[in-house]
Amino acid sequence: MITVVDYGRGNLYSLSHALSHIGIGHAVSERPEDILAASAIILPGVGAFADAMDELDQRSLVAPLQDAAGRGVPLLGICLGMQILAATSEEFGRRNGLGIIPGSVRALPEPDDGGGIRIPNVGWRRLALHQEDPLYHGMQEGVMAYFVHSYGFFPEGDAVMATSEVNGLSVPAIVRRRHVVGCQFHPEKSGPVGLEMLHNFFTEARKSATASVRGSEVGAV
Amino acid sequence: MASDQRPVSTNSALPPQRVIARIDIKGPNVIKGVHLEGLKVVGKPGAMARQYYEQGADEIIYMDVVASLYGRNGILSVLEEAAAEIFVPMTVGGGIRNVEDIVAALRSGADKVAINTAALQRPEFLSEAARVFGRQCIVLSVEAKQRQPGTWEALTDNGREQTGVDVIEWVAEAEARGIGEILITSVDMEGTQKGFDIELVKAVRDSVSVPVIACGGAGEGAHIRALLEASHCDAVCCASLFHYDRLPLPALKNELAAAGWDVRL
Repeated sequence: MITVVDYGRGNLYSLSHALSHIGIGHAVSERPEDILAASAIILPGVGAFADAMDELDQRSLVAPLQDAAGRGVPLLGICLGMQILAATSEEFGRRNGLGIIPGSVRALPEPDDGGGIRIPNVGWRRLALHQEDPLYHGMQEGVMAYFVHSYGFFPEGDAVMATSEVNGLSVPAIVRRRHVVGCQFHPEKSGPVGLEMLHNFFTEARKSATASVRGSEVGAV
Repeated sequence: MASDQRPVSTNSALPPQRVIARIDIKGPNVIKGVHLEGLKVVGKPGAMARQYYEQGADEIIYMDVVASLYGRNGILSVLEEAAAEIFVPMTVGGGIRNVEDIVAALRSGADKVAINTAALQRPEFLSEAARVFGRQCIVLSVEAKQRQPGTWEALTDNGREQTGVDVIEWVAEAEARGIGEILITSVDMEGTQKGFDIELVKAVRDSVSVPVIACGGAGEGAHIRALLEASHCDAVCCASLFHYDRLPLPALKNELAAAGWDVRL
């Protein structure tokens, strides 16, 4: 089962339509058991960090998400859903996130008087691709995706797979720690490129599921 | 060399520009007028939106000119149909009066709502909406009518009603109330295809720090290039230009790219 986490903080309709369009059957759910039983999870979200964590808390979804990520279940966080993968946020005071990818969430820099990107950063931005990542397999440097955000997630270590430039700062656009991926942009709103990235995520998720089944068979022998 | 002569090459230092297709809807039809009046039927919303998406529109704005959100031919049923096949941001406006209307719009596939009349009647609505849905979801829609050089009045009800509210004061208040973007439509230029009210766009953009979408008056690529050069506005929104095939989206984007603007091709 593929579970799209509904915690009252995302535009799930667009995402659900995009998944159906690429032939991915899924359940939209706020139940902990549907996260624990999932073969892959999408964590969407728009709005404020602390608010999102409160909503997850109230639905008892924090531990199931951490548990699933710990067991190697492929997880894709989108926009705020990417940011709450972080350990902490500085948005409206310090607040702990899911802690699935070490790092922190900080405000984007404001533009200079001479121009630049206004905050919130709304629009199509070019991606700089830094490492090989299955999510953007076959895509060109400078491919564009649709962003809407005022904060960025800055992970520790080498988790940054792609960035986009905001007022002189390279802001992570795609992060990955093993099977956990985060997109700052909205793939479900990024036209054919975004749909292809969603498709790539599930292709990779199926591969890792097959690999883990093989692994357990080997273990049984 | 005059130092204010900005060479084309510096355009590439600016962020990519969004090109937005605007679809004004009345009942089951797409309509278009001049100065928001004399509305003519120009097509069906589903087919036109799909065409603009396939041609590379960066966003689509649906505006219900008679503010009839609900019902069989209401704008929300148009959105529901579009949401299954259009994967760029969609904004809906016209008749958004309360939090329930925003919920209904989002459930129908909108990513953002554009609010004009209800906000002028009750400015606190903007604060409520931004608090509940986040500011990225709330676009202030302004219909501006010039009263004197450098002064514009905000109109409501698709340009039908006067308010006496000064546009520049209004956008500053709306920003303080937490909106995420401003869609500024010049009623004077709207539908004329004679170019934008660039002074209006500059005045609005200079008085706020959120992104500004300019709308009203595009009749050729040169109008849009002049607007971008003079105002650096964050997005441009066109209707007649695309509806009447004056300059199809791909041709416009190629023209902007050739002039050094960063656009999604």
